[in-house]
Amino acid sequence: MAASSVAASELLYNMKKQILILHPKVSCIIRRISTRSPRRYNQPQPSAKSAPEQLVGVVGLEIHAQIHSNTKLFSGSSVCFSAPPNSLVSFFDASLPGTLPVLNRRCVEAAVMTGLSLNCTINRKSLFDRKHYFYADLPAGYQITQQRRPIAVDGMLTYSFLGGKKRNQVIRKNVHIKQIQLEQDSGKSLHDDLRSQTLIDLNRAGVGLMELVMEPDMSCGEEAAAAVRELQLILQALGTCQGNMSEGQLRVDANVSVHRPHEPLGTRTEVKNINSVRYLARAIDYEIRRQIDVLQRGGMVQNETRAYDSKSGETVPMRDKEGLQDYRFMPEPNLPPLIVYEDNASLPTGTDLCQAVVVQKIREGLPELPSVRRDRLVQTYGILTEHSFTLVNEDGLVEYFEAVLKATKRAPRNVIGWVTNELLSYLKQHDMSVSQSPVTPPALAELLELQEMGHISSSVAKQVFQEMWRSSGKTATQIIHEQDLGLVSNTAQLHSICQKVVDSHPDEVHAIRNGNKKVLNKLMGLVQKETKGRADPVLVRTILQEKTS
Amino acid sequence: MLSLTLREVSLALREGRISPTELCRKCLNRIKKTQHLNAYITVTEELALKQAQEAETRLLQGAPKGPLDGIPFAVKDNFCTENIKTTCASKMLKDYAPPYNATVVQKLLDQGAVLMGKTNMDEFAMGSGSTDGAFGPVRNPWSYAASYTEKTGAVPESDWVVCGGSSGGSAAAVASLTSYLALGSDTGGSTRNPAALCGVVALKPTYGLLSRHGLIPLVNSMDVPGIMARSASDAAIVLGILQGLDMRDSTTVAAPSSPTELPEHFDVKNICVGIPKEYHAPGLSEETLMQWSRVTDMFERAGARVEQVSLPHTQHSIVCYRVLCHAEVASNMARFDGLEYGLRSKVDSSTEAMYASTRHEGFNDVVRGRILSGNYFMLKQNYQHYFVKAQKVRRLIADDFKHVFSSGVDVLLTPTTLSDATRYSDFTQEDNQTRSTQEDVFTQPVNMAGLPAVSVPTALSRRGLPIGLQLIGPALQDKKLLSVAQWIEQRVGFPSIRDSSESRNETGVTKREQTSAV
Repeated sequence: MAASSVAASELLYNMKKQILILHPKVSCIIRRISTRSPRRYNQPQPSAKSAPEQLVGVVGLEIHAQIHSNTKLFSGSSVCFSAPPNSLVSFFDASLPGTLPVLNRRCVEAAVMTGLSLNCTINRKSLFDRKHYFYADLPAGYQITQQRRPIAVDGMLTYSFLGGKKRNQVIRKNVHIKQIQLEQDSGKSLHDDLRSQTLIDLNRAGVGLMELVMEPDMSCGEEAAAAVRELQLILQALGTCQGNMSEGQLRVDANVSVHRPHEPLGTRTEVKNINSVRYLARAIDYEIRRQIDVLQRGGMVQNETRAYDSKSGETVPMRDKEGLQDYRFMPEPNLPPLIVYEDNASLPTGTDLCQAVVVQKIREGLPELPSVRRDRLVQTYGILTEHSFTLVNEDGLVEYFEAVLKATKRAPRNVIGWVTNELLSYLKQHDMSVSQSPVTPPALAELLELQEMGHISSSVAKQVFQEMWRSSGKTATQIIHEQDLGLVSNTAQLHSICQKVVDSHPDEVHAIRNGNKKVLNKLMGLVQKETKGRADPVLVRTILQEKTS
Repeated sequence: MLSLTLREVSLALREGRISPTELCRKCLNRIKKTQHLNAYITVTEELALKQAQEAETRLLQGAPKGPLDGIPFAVKDNFCTENIKTTCASKMLKDYAPPYNATVVQKLLDQGAVLMGKTNMDEFAMGSGSTDGAFGPVRNPWSYAASYTEKTGAVPESDWVVCGGSSGGSAAAVASLTSYLALGSDTGGSTRNPAALCGVVALKPTYGLLSRHGLIPLVNSMDVPGIMARSASDAAIVLGILQGLDMRDSTTVAAPSSPTELPEHFDVKNICVGIPKEYHAPGLSEETLMQWSRVTDMFERAGARVEQVSLPHTQHSIVCYRVLCHAEVASNMARFDGLEYGLRSKVDSSTEAMYASTRHEGFNDVVRGRILSGNYFMLKQNYQHYFVKAQKVRRLIADDFKHVFSSGVDVLLTPTTLSDATRYSDFTQEDNQTRSTQEDVFTQPVNMAGLPAVSVPTALSRRGLPIGLQLIGPALQDKKLLSVAQWIEQRVGFPSIRDSSESRNETGVTKREQTSAV
């Protein structure tokens, strides 16, 4: 054990030097279709000479999604992220002897909902099992999970991302969902190295999790990141998980291996400790690159758990004291089989309607899913697909966009830029959510109307928007009035400004007269500069055309 | 007064012949006098007097909560009692006071019953003699009864007999007249076995009929709270109070709608009594066999249909039970790591070292042995071979019962134990596992199938020690079983230990035996 970790760190040191020069996207590019017959190597052997087949990455994901629920999976304790340590702990959560699990129906419904949205088969009967291991933040010495028969199986997630050279090409992919299982979260161990103590916080112990297993259908960090992003959006749309990775509501472990296409999969590593979608892509790409490197140097990939270090951008072996774990699974005897019913008609007589989980009812209540929503936005408003991604990616932005549209006669295509560029960049700059925007949809609509009616130019409109952001509450009309930003449409005044510009730019005037009409735009720009963008562009154009004809 | 049944003493309380505090004091005195039995781990004297006082107020106001108001009871020390030590007779929990009451305890308290204390047992209910607890063995009260000492010439101090287990303390409490009823737990016979050896009635209810919330588990899929009392009718009263759905235990079932009060006269003419031939087990004592035949004949004479039936898979029950039990024990005991509650070893070189030494110091050999083998059975490479196989056999055993009951049999009549109680010095010649294998042979298959069973005392052996018979019924037929048990009870005339100080005043009323237990 000691020897191998020394070797690993040495390897890592050597690799660091290599990796620095590699582009993170390399791993995606090296995927190629093979024409060679499959070979049976578990450790892909790098061919010494001409390598007609490149090693490619294979990525599967294990995702733990904390169920958004008021109470824990098997107890009545509240669920809350930053409560004082050990303040949300019931007798059951602390594993007091004699306590028994009582299944939270909300968690079951969340899992069914999620399963339906991921095209899973919902098992009418699923079972709970105990998974045993000793750990200080696992008070009972076992976790209740669904090993034998999970609640949902055999699903599919379709995700898309923008690829191609200009990153504007929509690439659509599928990943199989092997299963979704309900299980308990563990508590948290806080290690105080100074006093060599471990402090245990059981607030999280027993919170409901959905473990989603995504098959190794992905090949690089970008795909994995896109799949997780799509999942995140789905969960948020459903309200079954808040999906915040940094708060641990969504935890993603990546199983990464490399092989040559058509050959058996290589030895995999499990990469943990990834707390954002961005890091997920980086961690996976780093790990693929590392494994290829190991193999190309004639080494072997170790089956191990590695942690991603976001500071260095590397994955490092995790200390795994226990070695090989035998979880000694056994049926949880205190919970009867979990039965869900297809519809009300299939309920056994005498069932309490409030207690039963009915799939049909849940199916009927499913909200619009992100992919459907994007398609609808493109079809309804004629916006670009990439814009639909931007809208859907930001919580509340679709609603904002649609609210603006309702309040203005302007075409969606004229509005979309304001929402996806102006508004979004301001929000990002200030690290705000859509709901916190000081500029409300009707306020933005008013501004756009003023522009449409020719009261202000587009550049002034941006200026006004900035002002609206800063002094929230003031309407666009107020700001335009106060700061005298209205269009200058005094003909005499404009005539004199235009004359000044024409007089001082004889070369340009000459060019126009010789038929190069585009040069007129330059003169127009100069006039706008003089008027700080307030000149009525239509009027200016007419005057300039007159003066240069 | 102390030797009355629950029903009788309840009436006495209502009629004002005795007050709850008087009754409570009498019981507390009796507990002191019988301390050598080691029936109690904790006696809750202060609390008992307070509760008795409250009951007295209610009774004086003519507003008792029910038939149990003011009635002293005892609870096996593996049921959680709020702020009262609940040790499971283990060093691991020697100072553990739970913050809540088990549902069954709460229900009794809600009825105004008066808790006398927590009773001794085998550590974590693993045993069949109440000899393997951290607080020493429980002595069978009959060891001190004239019937035993006079007939055998035994000297109680050296020749005392075990009281069976693992709920030995509860059985001893009811038999030695310190409580009118007691809660036991029954996983493989732990309530019925000591009840038979101590001459009291025990009901092992249908699995799920009584809540396990707050019962520190042995085998979750087989554990049931058991009721120990002085008569079948008393057990029925308690059953009526304890049964039913509990939100906190997802394995509970709704109670049958019929009242649990037993009919005074039960007609056995229309019932069919099955006698399982496999229960003629090796080691069955001649005297127990004789009692079995005697009661069988009684049924036949009374016009019941008596049929020999077969439960072919019963012979595999014990070995299969051992696999399932040890596996669940390994799992259930995993929580005792010294972190959240209970014993914590002083070893602190690492978390793992602390776990290991805590568990080594806290558990006895029996518990540790079962954890070890249980984990072995659950290993990935063994799981199919042991655990899954045992589950399949368990199904076959349950099916055996199903077949018999669907063929028209109403109740099965069997012995409860192989023989009367064994002397402690003889009992401890064999190890815990061997003893459990022998002692649980008749009681354990019922737990595999989740069925109700009653042990009813039928006679004293030639040694002057109780012999009990067992009735087994279909699921949720608990009341019917008790009715049949009462029918037997009414005919066998089983004697009860009598408080000697009282019996001096009541001369020759019955053929009840006297105890020299003071």
